[in-house]
Amino acid sequence: MSTSQDPGRGAQLRLSSVGRDFGANTVLRGVDLQVPAGQFVAIIGRSGCGKSTLLRLLAHLDQPTRGRISLGAGEAAGGTRLMFQEPRLLPWARVIGNVEVGVSDANLPASRRERALGLLVEVGLAGREDDWPGVLSGGQRQRVALARALASRPQLLLLDEPLGALDALTRIEMQRLIERLWLDQGFTAVLVTHDVSEALTLADRVVLIDRGEIALDVRVDLPRPRRRDNPELGALEEQILDYLLDGANKDQAPAAA
Amino acid sequence: MTTSTSGVLPVEAQQDEAAPRREVPTWLKVLQVRVADAGAGWVLPIGLLAVWEAAARLGFMAETILPAPSAVLLAAWTLLLKGELFTHIGVSGARALAGFAVGGLIGFGLGLANGLSNVSRKFTDTTLQMTRNVPHLALVPLVIIWFGIDEGAKLFLVALGVFFPIYVNTLLGILTVDPQLVEMGRAYGMSNATLFRRVLLPGALPSIFVGVRYGLGIMWLTLIVAETIAASSGLGYMAMQAREFLLVDVVVLAIIIYALLGKLADSVARALERRSLQWHPSFRAS
Ligand SMILES: Nc1ncnc2c1ncn2[C@@H]1O[C@H](COP(=O)(O)OP(=O)(O)OP(=O)(O)O)[C@@H](O)[C@H]1O
Ligand SMILES: [Mg+2]
Repeated sequence: MSTSQDPGRGAQLRLSSVGRDFGANTVLRGVDLQVPAGQFVAIIGRSGCGKSTLLRLLAHLDQPTRGRISLGAGEAAGGTRLMFQEPRLLPWARVIGNVEVGVSDANLPASRRERALGLLVEVGLAGREDDWPGVLSGGQRQRVALARALASRPQLLLLDEPLGALDALTRIEMQRLIERLWLDQGFTAVLVTHDVSEALTLADRVVLIDRGEIALDVRVDLPRPRRRDNPELGALEEQILDYLLDGANKDQAPAAA
Repeated sequence: MTTSTSGVLPVEAQQDEAAPRREVPTWLKVLQVRVADAGAGWVLPIGLLAVWEAAARLGFMAETILPAPSAVLLAAWTLLLKGELFTHIGVSGARALAGFAVGGLIGFGLGLANGLSNVSRKFTDTTLQMTRNVPHLALVPLVIIWFGIDEGAKLFLVALGVFFPIYVNTLLGILTVDPQLVEMGRAYGMSNATLFRRVLLPGALPSIFVGVRYGLGIMWLTLIVAETIAASSGLGYMAMQAREFLLVDVVVLAIIIYALLGKLADSVARALERRSLQWHPSFRAS
């Protein structure tokens, strides 16, 4: 199923020894990563290891101290979109207005509205366009944020733990929604998550960041949609968690490492 | 799965049982409560008016201390027929609005400028905050020396009084807009103009309205003082003239008209606020 996407729509991503310091604190040492167009990459790692920092660099919200980031292949209008951990909807704009934020101002108002309405249908919120964000549930707000992020037909979609605050059931629903939209639209996706099993359910490739570098790069070549009880997923999860726990031991006794 | 469904069922059953007990339609209940609320609010003022009227008629209060409400109404009617009342109200209203417009626009403009630009804020904010400590009514003698009892004096005082609350609240509003939303706007490619129109201004609006309503209060207060001390027309002048001729009913009338105008200005501001802050939980129609 993952072959049904159109790789021409996604952006290619290349990071060469990208580093970021905050004062004396080196958060990212040197990250080398090549992501082919249309791939779904999940980034995992301990809290504070620099996942959000990396994503903000990819979104051009921040500049790297060292190294280069290049976004290959037909960098057109849609460009890069970041979906934050919080929905970050404008409380004074109705749902439709919030989705229109994602549509370029270059479009005529009527076509912006039409595009936004179409996306609301896609994320399963048809008929809620005139509601205020304040009356939506947490999961619905994240869906509006997803619609907003996709409204410009981005070639690269960055997701910073967008499902962290949702309950287990809504989380699974949102994961399926993201997977479906990714398969339909063929954008390149980079998902930051705390949840190893979420990473394995969604991604073609799971990248683990540790001590400012990529420590593990695991390919997940399993058919979609993936079932959570798939034994191969379980084995991969075990392997990654083992690495993380070993790493924790090394932290406690750095001399032995 | 099966165990969880059997756990859910009783809860639903309980809710079903509770639902049909609502017999009185909700709108009727709301109406009853509204009428009761409004009624309760009016009992005391009407009662006081009745006591006041009775006290005046029975001679407990001298006409020269506090005339009966009916006497005040009569005075209003006489002045209305002479055409004087509307002239005075018009003059005072025009002064209030002009002073509010001038002070409000300057305060709003400087508040925006200092909220949006660090350079501008560093340059002017300290000075503005320092002058804020001078009560503007303390300037009355100085203002009379400068402007005499011209329109300029009233305009200056009202504008000065209105300026600060609007300046401070506009600045505060812009500075406290959620930085995460600003970042979102930038990440989604908003230009500075769009960011201002779609994020900063709407985010600052609740605070700006606080400033406007506060400013309206100061506007009337300043005008009353200015017109009482130095004017040759307007409601305050009318009251002072009446005092010289011991027309206490006209003095009371002027006070009541000031109160009504103040209430009117506040209601208009509230209505505007409710209209433009529909999204805000505290203004959402229930
Ligand atoms: N603007 C900043 N100034 C100074 N330090 C920063 C800044 N942004 C991030 N950091 C530091 O960089 C480190 C990594 O932060 P980052 O937010 O990228 O972590 P993370 O991997 O996303 O963690 P989490 O999983 O908890 O979200 C932290 O130690 C943080 O204190
Ligand atoms: Mg983070």
